[in-house]
Amino acid sequence: MVNLKIDDKKVCVPEGTTILDAAKQAGIDIPTLCFLKDINEVGDCRMCIVEVEGRRGFATSCIQTVEEGMVVHTHTPNVLEARHAILDLIISNHSKDCLTCTRSGNCELQDLAIKFNVLDIEFKGERTEHKIDDKSPSIVRDFNKCILCRRCVATCKNVQNIGAIDCIERGFESCISTTYDHSLNDVNCTFCGQCIESCPTGALHEKENINDVWAKLKDPDTYVVVQTAPSIRVALGEEFGMEIGTNVTGKMVSALKRLGFDKVFDTNTGADFTIMEEATEFVKRFKENDNLPMTTSCCPGWVRFAEMEYPENLPHLSSCKSPHQMFGAIIKSYYAEKNNIDPSKIYVVSVMPCIAKKYEGKREEMEVNGLRDVDAVITTRELARMIKQANIEFDKLEDEVFDNPMGEATGAGAIFGVTGGVMEAALRTAYELITGEELQKLEFEDVRGAKGIKKATVKIGDKEIKVAVAHGLGNARKIMEEIKNGTADYSFVEVMACPGGCIMGGGQPIKNSKTRMTVDVRAKRAASMYSIDERSTIRKSHENPILKQIYKEYIGNPGEHKAHELLHTHYKPMEEYRI
Amino acid sequence: MKTIEELNKIRAEKRIELDLRKNTNADTREKHILVCQGTGCTSSKSPQILENFKKIIEEKGIQNVRVIKTGCFGLCAKGPIVIIRPEDTFYAMVTPDDCEEIIQSHIVEGKVVERLLCKDIDGTKVTKLDDLTFYKKQKRIALKNCGVINPEDIDEYIAFDGYRALARVLVEMNSDEVIETIEKSGLRGRGGAGFPTGKKWRATRDAKGDKKYVVCNADEGDPGAFMDRSILEGDPHAVLEAMEIAGYAVGAEKGYIYVRAEYPIAVHRLQIAIDQAREYGILGKNIFGTNFSFDIEIRLGAGAFVCGEETALLESIEGRRGQPRVKPPYPAQSGLWGCPTLINNVETYANIAQIILKGADWYSSIGTATSKGTKVFALGGNVNNVGLVEVPMGTTLREIVFDIGGGIPNGREFKAAQTGGPSGGCIPKEHLDTPIDYESLKEIGSMMGSGGLIVMDDTKCMVCLAKFYLQFTVSESCGKCTPCRIGTKRMLEILERLCSGEGEEYDIYRLEKLAANIKKASICGLGQSAPNPVISTMKYFREEFRQHAIEKECKAMECKALSRIEIDEDQCKACGLCQRNCPVNAIEGEGREKRHINQDKCIKCMTCIRSCPFHAIG
Repeated sequence: MVNLKIDDKKVCVPEGTTILDAAKQAGIDIPTLCFLKDINEVGDCRMCIVEVEGRRGFATSCIQTVEEGMVVHTHTPNVLEARHAILDLIISNHSKDCLTCTRSGNCELQDLAIKFNVLDIEFKGERTEHKIDDKSPSIVRDFNKCILCRRCVATCKNVQNIGAIDCIERGFESCISTTYDHSLNDVNCTFCGQCIESCPTGALHEKENINDVWAKLKDPDTYVVVQTAPSIRVALGEEFGMEIGTNVTGKMVSALKRLGFDKVFDTNTGADFTIMEEATEFVKRFKENDNLPMTTSCCPGWVRFAEMEYPENLPHLSSCKSPHQMFGAIIKSYYAEKNNIDPSKIYVVSVMPCIAKKYEGKREEMEVNGLRDVDAVITTRELARMIKQANIEFDKLEDEVFDNPMGEATGAGAIFGVTGGVMEAALRTAYELITGEELQKLEFEDVRGAKGIKKATVKIGDKEIKVAVAHGLGNARKIMEEIKNGTADYSFVEVMACPGGCIMGGGQPIKNSKTRMTVDVRAKRAASMYSIDERSTIRKSHENPILKQIYKEYIGNPGEHKAHELLHTHYKPMEEYRI
Repeated sequence: MKTIEELNKIRAEKRIELDLRKNTNADTREKHILVCQGTGCTSSKSPQILENFKKIIEEKGIQNVRVIKTGCFGLCAKGPIVIIRPEDTFYAMVTPDDCEEIIQSHIVEGKVVERLLCKDIDGTKVTKLDDLTFYKKQKRIALKNCGVINPEDIDEYIAFDGYRALARVLVEMNSDEVIETIEKSGLRGRGGAGFPTGKKWRATRDAKGDKKYVVCNADEGDPGAFMDRSILEGDPHAVLEAMEIAGYAVGAEKGYIYVRAEYPIAVHRLQIAIDQAREYGILGKNIFGTNFSFDIEIRLGAGAFVCGEETALLESIEGRRGQPRVKPPYPAQSGLWGCPTLINNVETYANIAQIILKGADWYSSIGTATSKGTKVFALGGNVNNVGLVEVPMGTTLREIVFDIGGGIPNGREFKAAQTGGPSGGCIPKEHLDTPIDYESLKEIGSMMGSGGLIVMDDTKCMVCLAKFYLQFTVSESCGKCTPCRIGTKRMLEILERLCSGEGEEYDIYRLEKLAANIKKASICGLGQSAPNPVISTMKYFREEFRQHAIEKECKAMECKALSRIEIDEDQCKACGLCQRNCPVNAIEGEGREKRHINQDKCIKCMTCIRSCPFHAIG
């Protein structure tokens, strides 16, 4: 343990603790901007500077560690003046159009400007001008708002292990860009959106599709159906000031109905379809030892990653479409037919925790008989914006339930949104498909939790099946390497591009650095997901009555002809992006 | 693989052969024509001179004359330089066409070519190099072999005690003794900050780690500085030998030389030196049959000034963008790939072998109380003898500028000298007699820096000078931390405003405030010292800043927007010379009329000022 004094407070912390952490433990707040716990600890912005007695210049509190007997002062006039000057400098090269910025109200730079009472910019001067990159269907980069904190770079490089972006040029001309300064659309970006979640300002945000949706809602001839992904309900409330992880399913459905959607369905049902198809595919491939391990395919960031960086491994991917794409296809076929609606008049909106889903929705394979499975994808954040635009007081809404019959889902579908959830749901079904017996314990604890790669051996009948779950593309890469070099001894692998799974997706409410430092956002949202599963009456996808009905009336057996036409897809190598 | 005995044998034999290089009375019939192949002389066709000499000698069948390529002699202003040994005749500004005459007259007929002799400051022609005032006050330790040996021949290095220090260290000394010697010598880092070298070696030696590295910082980047380049070009083995000694002392087996790719000659000769040392077994496994193994690799810098900063340099060697790391931890604790790493500058290394051979007491007897030994300066700007000089610490600026440098050209006044490049500051006239060492320079608001020394005469505007250095820093900032990335840019913008007449009094305060905060809050030495040129010029020439800001006047007339050229009617004799020379016909008046300047047309080129025989224009 190390003893030191911070602002006259005696502090005793373990060796290796940063000054910032030690101060936090003593209840002393030091402002930060580029700091993102465990991800970007580089000391670039200089907001967290403090004075240490006996040291020349300032210490960088976010990375420099405590020393025995250290005397730290966190807000001397000297420090405050320097921080103010630094903030002034950052803002002097910032676009300052806060009123029209998507991050207004949730911007770490804005927070600091308010805190430091920045009323005028003392050091005015030239601003770096950048063209906005909005070529991709998922992400927009506006570097006029970038403060070069490099949180996005660290996330992309160190967490996701992609490295699509880094700093180019130098000095005042420095900017975060891609290989040859191409659009993100044309490089090895997977559209996971984790950079957006890391960005303290509005320099990175999703490509908004709100207006497309409003336009269709206004059109009386269009039958607008909305579906919400499993993880939306545990995060949407945060955009309205609710506790992290609050389950707001009822209010969400209620808000969607007020927004004017003709039907509000649950993507969890789509997830049940995915399990039916994927478990069936797995059982078949397992029996035939066909391209094992089989990996999941419900995460579009992961699929894009595989297509770009591991084309040789593509046969390992399940051919199943993702839940919302399957569900869209069923809405425009079975549901339309059943309800006598012209499918060409149906407009399917998916509310997703993800920006890669926007890209997935636009993939050319994602249509059946000329009808797009899904017409628009909006994120949790965009849905919140729509609710705010409609002046709906979210917290005062009465709970409502999804429309039937397509709103009925199982607990298995619910946990799709958390890492390990797809695996767990698939195992519940695969077990009963293979053995024909009822599974007693539904929870597969080994595939739950925050560990980057989780491995488990599951006994199904007389067979032992090895499975693995990876989340975060850095971990996905490890699995892919194993598959490539033949050392992967698993049969089934679940991959999600975002660390933590969809609950932590790139379209979810953005948590600032301070919150991420003190609250385990992933754990809170995950706990909420699992409790939805626990409270469900039906917890196995193959027991979902609406599924049974649709397979019986319309599709036939999982994995067979009609199922393939509606619910399966294929992949193509994208080696041109390989670096 | 050479043994120490073999090394001694080479030295003994070669020393006799090369005696004429240092001994004007050498008992020999041989002559050596030394041709400078430093970068300066090379750019003035010295390789052609070298070839011509060889060709002529061969054609004429002259015996006992060898043509030798050497490193820099220092007096670059007089290059290309040719010296003939043993008589030590110094020929300046030689062209390839002069070779024939030098051979015929000097070598064949024994007559000195008078017209190619160098003129000293007083205008007298000097025959011998050692008689030039330029060399008289110098003391050459780091540069001792530059201009003496052929840098591409390891035997010539060995002849002048090369690798003897390494042999002594490996056989007679342990790591502690080596470090103690360096500590006692008082040697301090020549890269700029002046950190005690021995202390750095000890810290690296004492740091925990199975693997350690020795790095040579040869990323010399200060504008106008070429000390390190000259050492690498003229005496590359001195650096290799010192790195090996350092490796032995700190416990490293691998060294990296990080050198600018813009120094092709230095890189080429370094590689030759490394290859030769490997061939002799002086680099590699079990050197001189001992347990000590060491090898060196070259890493090329891609032209970023910030990579001279030690942690940015490490990042660059590791293959990443050259950006500094926050210190502590220092490289001695966690450097290359997280291993304890010793980083010294080229010139620092160039002193090591001498200290080992001649002893710490010898070295510490040179210099001042806190700064020992000598320092190499690249003397440039408005000074007669532009070139490379090495003087004992404690030499005054006046001695360097006026005695060695030969004073200010064109009869102008000395205004200030800038030391330490973009990290340093300016020294005005009143401090000309300050003895140069680390402390005294810091005291007067400048710094030793790596050794760039730029002299300015009274036609230089100090606001422009500050602007020049800021321009450099702004374009060389890596962009990592806010104060340096945006702060220096804002300072530059203020200076630009001042120079273009758009400044205001408050700008001076803004400059001061920014400077203070950038100094304190930047991550690395580049940012922390970037405001120094502004701070020091404001300290000594505040009135000039005020004139620019308030009176909109630049007395040095360097800021075109702020200068106004006028003809003093009392002095004008109506000779019309100014009118004839003016390139834009801005001067009006006819016949016997006094001339005057149409300010709307004047472009302030100052041609009229120079052409007026009566000094009536200013």
